[in-house]
Amino acid sequence: MVERTPLLNFFTHLILFIGFVFCVAPFLIVAIAASHNLKDVNDVPMSLLPGSDFWINIKTAWVTADLGPKLLNSFIVAGGVAAGKVIISALTAFSIVYFRFPGRMFMFWLIFITLMLPLEVRIVPTYAVVANVLSPYQAILDLTGLSWLIEKVSGVQVSLNLGLLNSYPGLILPLVATATGTFLYRQFFLTLPDELTEAARMDGAGPLRFFIDILLPLSRNNMAALGTIMFLWAWNQYLWPLLITTDQSHAMAVTELKQLIPNVGGTPEWHIAMAGTLIIMLPPLLVVVLMQRWIVRGLVATEK
Amino acid sequence: MEKRVTFSSWTIGILFAVPQLLLIFTFFYWPAGQAVYWSLTLQQPWGGGNIWVGLDNFRSILVNADYWNSITASLVFAGISTGLAMFIALVLAALTDRQLAGSRLYRVVLIWPYGIAAPALALAFRFILAPEAGFLSVVNRMWPGIWDPGLDGADAMASIIVAFSWKYVGYNFIFFLAAFQAIPRSLIEAAAMDGSGVIRRFWDIQFPLITPTIFFLLVINITESFQDSFGIVDIMTSGGPANATNLMVYKIYSDGFKGLDYSGAAAQSIILMLLIILLTIFQFRFIERRVHYG
Repeated sequence: MVERTPLLNFFTHLILFIGFVFCVAPFLIVAIAASHNLKDVNDVPMSLLPGSDFWINIKTAWVTADLGPKLLNSFIVAGGVAAGKVIISALTAFSIVYFRFPGRMFMFWLIFITLMLPLEVRIVPTYAVVANVLSPYQAILDLTGLSWLIEKVSGVQVSLNLGLLNSYPGLILPLVATATGTFLYRQFFLTLPDELTEAARMDGAGPLRFFIDILLPLSRNNMAALGTIMFLWAWNQYLWPLLITTDQSHAMAVTELKQLIPNVGGTPEWHIAMAGTLIIMLPPLLVVVLMQRWIVRGLVATEK
Repeated sequence: MEKRVTFSSWTIGILFAVPQLLLIFTFFYWPAGQAVYWSLTLQQPWGGGNIWVGLDNFRSILVNADYWNSITASLVFAGISTGLAMFIALVLAALTDRQLAGSRLYRVVLIWPYGIAAPALALAFRFILAPEAGFLSVVNRMWPGIWDPGLDGADAMASIIVAFSWKYVGYNFIFFLAAFQAIPRSLIEAAAMDGSGVIRRFWDIQFPLITPTIFFLLVINITESFQDSFGIVDIMTSGGPANATNLMVYKIYSDGFKGLDYSGAAAQSIILMLLIILLTIFQFRFIERRVHYG
């Protein structure tokens, strides 16, 4: 800034550099370990000069953990969650901000409360719901006596059953069912001037037209920011996919890491484990590097 | 805060909210209610009857030494990793904000850890901190047996704390740097003109102005340490050795899905929910005071 502080500057550089090293080191170590062979990777300390087996290890890890389909699943789920959030949150925020129907504030609070309880703390019952996603509705029909009524009238026994275990909707929908994005849009809509709405209405635009032609184009930045952080968040989910994908066909990349932990007996195959880790951490890392601006923006705006 | 100009047709407004409401009812409110119900009954794992037991599930949890051990471990984990991640991030952000040569590079690189999945970095750290290979194994060469996360509870706890803090330094750094950059430059320049040095300016101007961010991150870090730790624990230690790293969410998972004790797991979920709600209310009271809409 304005003054000369050589000593302080020296320490600033020193500390930042140390921070930099600690931040990058794990990435480097993973990449280097992934290039060694079984003997070299278990040397103490491991040589920091890259070995020559990089592609062989990558290929082995790819095959062992069957990463091709798993990465595809991760892309589908993360993309689905990001798209779902971007669309559904925009609709809800529009409804909350631009209309005055009765029960609006109640709805606002209903949605707000979902911010408080992350999926991790209510996994057990959520799992039961996903096993039969219509069970809440069945229970309501049973409790209100409606299913009894229907059975009497039509002779059909009501048993709603739709299992979502081992399916993309089962992976995606519970992750979309929070309020994170809604408040990002809400805050943004509230900053838009009333004159904009007035002008649109004077030109004869109804709510749908206003939403599609004015609000959505203006929200482009928010959508990019929200989409990016939701993609990362969903890609990195672990507990939920672990629970509901009992069948390998829908497993995600991150849950496959467990298959890569080396066995205790024998010489541990760390080179394969690290090659797998590298493959799995690469897509989100690329997103962070390429979408940095949106991530910073999205995080700072959504979490407020 | 309300809009002055709104649309009069309610139907569209209500229709737009329906998808979200359906989702949160099915996947949020119903399961949350279910958790309360299960925690008050004795649930059979494979369906069938359930018996109303009142608060018995809570009573049996609260007298269980394993549960208190899990709470203690969670609190130790939350306290140390939050402190570590926040302190390091604060120092790095404050120094980056001085905008010396190279600060652009740090601004880019220091947020990388945020993008990495907790289980992935856990596997990386499991290797780096492994007692027989990797890097920390060097200390075992010099003093055999001094470091073994597989046998020593304190070592295992230290490992998961390091892994978690590494990720959250990146996360906190984003927020701290944004907060520092939101402070008007003129304020700091004026103080410099009055002859206050870099350190004085930090304590008298920057630090007070970023206290809301500090408080906010404190709550977020503690809440995340309850949730995001699951992948780290599962990959690095599986709750061991001897339950030393059996954090609350991990215990819910292993009791509920491995031990098939749904009622006990539900009761534990309720306790954890209450804890997190408490933290959130605490946070909300502060945040409402500082958010200004344009």
